[in-house]
Amino acid sequence: MSGIIKSSIARKVSMALSALFLLIFLLQHFLINFSSVLSADMFNELSHFMGTNPLIQFVMQPILIFGVVFHFVMGFILEVRNKSARNVKYVKYNGNANSSWMSRNMIYSGIVILAFLGLHFYDFWFPEIAHKYVHALPEDPNRYFGELVVKFRDPVRVGLYCLAFVFLALHLLHGFSSAFQSVGFNNKYTPAVQKIGKAYAILIPLGFIFIALFHYFNSL
Amino acid sequence: MNLTLQIWRQKNADAKGAMETYKVENISPDSSFLEMLDILNDQLINEGKEPVAFDHDCREGICGMCSLQINGEPHGPGRAITTCQLHMRKFKDGDTIYIEPFRAKAFPVIKDLVVDRSAFDRIQHAGGYISVNTSGNTQDANAIPVEKEKADKAFDAATCIGCGACVAACKNASAMLFTSAKVSQFALLPQGRIEATERVLNMVKQMDLEGFGNCTNTGACEIECPKGISLENIARMNREYLKASVK
Repeated sequence: MSGIIKSSIARKVSMALSALFLLIFLLQHFLINFSSVLSADMFNELSHFMGTNPLIQFVMQPILIFGVVFHFVMGFILEVRNKSARNVKYVKYNGNANSSWMSRNMIYSGIVILAFLGLHFYDFWFPEIAHKYVHALPEDPNRYFGELVVKFRDPVRVGLYCLAFVFLALHLLHGFSSAFQSVGFNNKYTPAVQKIGKAYAILIPLGFIFIALFHYFNSL
Repeated sequence: MNLTLQIWRQKNADAKGAMETYKVENISPDSSFLEMLDILNDQLINEGKEPVAFDHDCREGICGMCSLQINGEPHGPGRAITTCQLHMRKFKDGDTIYIEPFRAKAFPVIKDLVVDRSAFDRIQHAGGYISVNTSGNTQDANAIPVEKEKADKAFDAATCIGCGACVAACKNASAMLFTSAKVSQFALLPQGRIEATERVLNMVKQMDLEGFGNCTNTGACEIECPKGISLENIARMNREYLKASVK
């Protein structure tokens, strides 16, 4: 059992499990965000629930933060180990002949997503934590939609968000089906998983872009 | 065909290597890549120069000895072939061809284009076998019924010739395809199930000790494998490993 902690397969499986968890989180995040397009009241209601429910705040949120941090830290560890496994580089390397750009550059798309998370936390998560736990302001269940709309008035921010979602799509185009392969799921359902993965990787980031643009153009 | 060759030259394992340029002329498009290198070496010997060291043996795609990273791909352009099965008609007159050794920390260069692939042997020694009493009373393997699909998959996995193209192609220099083929060929058969737990644990442990990278599922290994070993084997090894680890 002790060997599993240090093994390359365990590292890959743990990376994949954290990825699968983040895929589920991303879907629910998208669905809640999308409600802001449909109805301000619905968005406020869902956000208020997510922001005040003790199970989500004190159980799910720490698990999510652990999942995000673990995925990034493990990603960097794997990258460093993988780079050191080829100490002399090829003079000519034709990666496009046998693999996709996305699959070879997960670290770079991941770094862009990490930078985006910094901006996203600065925009929403830190003010939210400060509002609730630092300043301990009284809870207003109708504040969320207004806070969202204000952020998406800035075209630079909207541009950065859209760019980050493109990189998220590139990351997911490989990451979704790769996570299944890493946990050992490769069977007659694999072509279906790959198709669902492609649809997820394109539609979810595209949906996030739509939400950002929707609020930007509504604010003009 | 007249060609320019950019070839990695390295005197020995400790020396610092570099790419050197050579010209070869009147190469037949029907000659194999290794024959073209033979012609270059004849030329170098006649000029009193050191011939280029490269691995080769059967020259019919079976032994897995010939290696070479050609124009950035293991075994060069073309699919499901080894370098000895690559013909010069795949190139154009006037081309510049880059020829390098397979690169991985676990495959150190011995000389020029020859690399030490004994890391694969050590992985194999760690568990790529079944323990059979060969005293003369061994049961005929054909007497044990095996499901056709499993037999086919075990056979496909067993066609791995251990050439190392998977490691050479992988951006992480991972040996997962090789190791998983060796694990799978036994894991799928009743004779191999008996030692399945120790086998996968020991072979993966040895693979990690050799300094190969981690698989990131780019699929480059499967594309470049001369025997078309499937990524399905890697997923099977992951399952086998997880199952063995919690036993």
